[in-house]
Amino acid sequence: MTSTPSRLQQKLEGEQFVFTTEVCPPKGADCDTFVAVARELAPHVDAVNVTDNQGAHMRISPLAAAALLQREGVEPVFQLTCRDRNRLALQSDLLGAAALGVKNVLLLTGDHISFGDHKEAKTVFDLDSVQLIDVASRLCRGEDLSGRKLHGAPSFFIGAAAAPEAEPFELTLFKLRKKIAAGAQFLQTQAVFDPAACQKFHQAVAPLGARIIAGIIILKSAGMARFINANIPGLNIPDTIITELENSPHPHTTGIDIACRLAAEIKPYCHGIHIMPMGLERGVAAIVSSVSA
Amino acid sequence: MIVSRQKPIEDILSSLDGCRSVFLIGCTKCATVCKSGGEEEVWQMQEELLAAGIEVTGSLVIDEACHMLRVSRDLRSKQQMVDDADSILVMACGAGIQSVSAATSKKTVAALDSLFLGNIRRFGQFEQKCSLCGECILTQTAGICPVTACAKGLLNGPCGGMDNGRCETDQESPCAWAEIFERLQKTPQSCDLESYRPPKNHGKVPKPGKLKLPK
Repeated sequence: MTSTPSRLQQKLEGEQFVFTTEVCPPKGADCDTFVAVARELAPHVDAVNVTDNQGAHMRISPLAAAALLQREGVEPVFQLTCRDRNRLALQSDLLGAAALGVKNVLLLTGDHISFGDHKEAKTVFDLDSVQLIDVASRLCRGEDLSGRKLHGAPSFFIGAAAAPEAEPFELTLFKLRKKIAAGAQFLQTQAVFDPAACQKFHQAVAPLGARIIAGIIILKSAGMARFINANIPGLNIPDTIITELENSPHPHTTGIDIACRLAAEIKPYCHGIHIMPMGLERGVAAIVSSVSA
Repeated sequence: MIVSRQKPIEDILSSLDGCRSVFLIGCTKCATVCKSGGEEEVWQMQEELLAAGIEVTGSLVIDEACHMLRVSRDLRSKQQMVDDADSILVMACGAGIQSVSAATSKKTVAALDSLFLGNIRRFGQFEQKCSLCGECILTQTAGICPVTACAKGLLNGPCGGMDNGRCETDQESPCAWAEIFERLQKTPQSCDLESYRPPKNHGKVPKPGKLKLPK
């Protein structure tokens, strides 16, 4: 366990623009493809997020998946949600991550269990995301939530989620301010589509000190865009983008082009970009090179 | 009040498998208001049991089935009918059912599922407003309980699933935090959305809950 900051933290604090992407851990114990995809993406980005039972669908533990990436030399961002663990399990997993060399953590509330594949499960939510961020900060200060001293304090780069296009914006800001006050050092946003909303978000949040990593999703088709609009709160894909995808003979390529364009447009309003490839991994390199050019 | 709902009759009959005779118990309070175990429902149940070939030795609609002493006393007043039955079918909440099971050695069968502590919006419409968490924060949350009204029970504001003031779990339902926010805009109160709310103390209500008033 070292206290050297992660590459992601060093770059963001050194005012360098960063790129992250994400890989969903597998449903099953075979992680070969998961690791292979992460290794393929790693040269293009600064870190790879490992999602936590995303959409409340049961998958391999993000702690195990993050540790596997760490072992492969791929810097992970360990995503941890409050949905499935109480305060003991959350602290345990955070300390476990630290012991395995994981430094970047993205601390989330978690999608509701009713969206997933275990709808009859008991939801936990013993802590909320603000409290979880506070807990991670306490661990870094060498004590647990009950105030007891730790044998070896972890050193995390703590991230939180933000939804710049969700309304009422003022209401989301209250919580963001609390997240930052509790110790969030970077904010990873939901997928954004409106540069004006990013500008407004940047103006409101940047003065609070947290680094902003804006989310970009690669849309594969007009159908996928419509599905997202209908089912994912806080994501608003404009009709112009949907039409562009619909009229394209090669929607995958068009989806990547749209993502490249959006990434370039929002670059002035963030400190990094998080790419959600949605199966179009080849888009990651394209977006990174178009923004970096 | 405790909101309850009758189990499907097939489930009740299956629980009564092997019983030829039953003594029926309802409750005059919550189960009556929920139309799950009042006088009328007890009568209907009697008809359904008879139709299924099960004898009903007698019935009783107890004034507050959660009152343990009263349940014991009322059951004693019908001792013979209770003794004649193979089992007791209780159309009351889980508390009421256990007043009965504590008062008799007979097989006790639950006819209802207990759902939540509910407010009555109007006749036949119930809503959960309070989760009995043992640590009331309504003064700090503009009189709206996020522990209950938020699908995730979040204490520090809305989750990422909130959009246009709606909840991700049900687009028809308002986000509890959007409601709190809106109410504070209209009537500023002494609560402060900016202040951090620490994790709940789940040790405040022991499980099982017990309270003994000082004499």
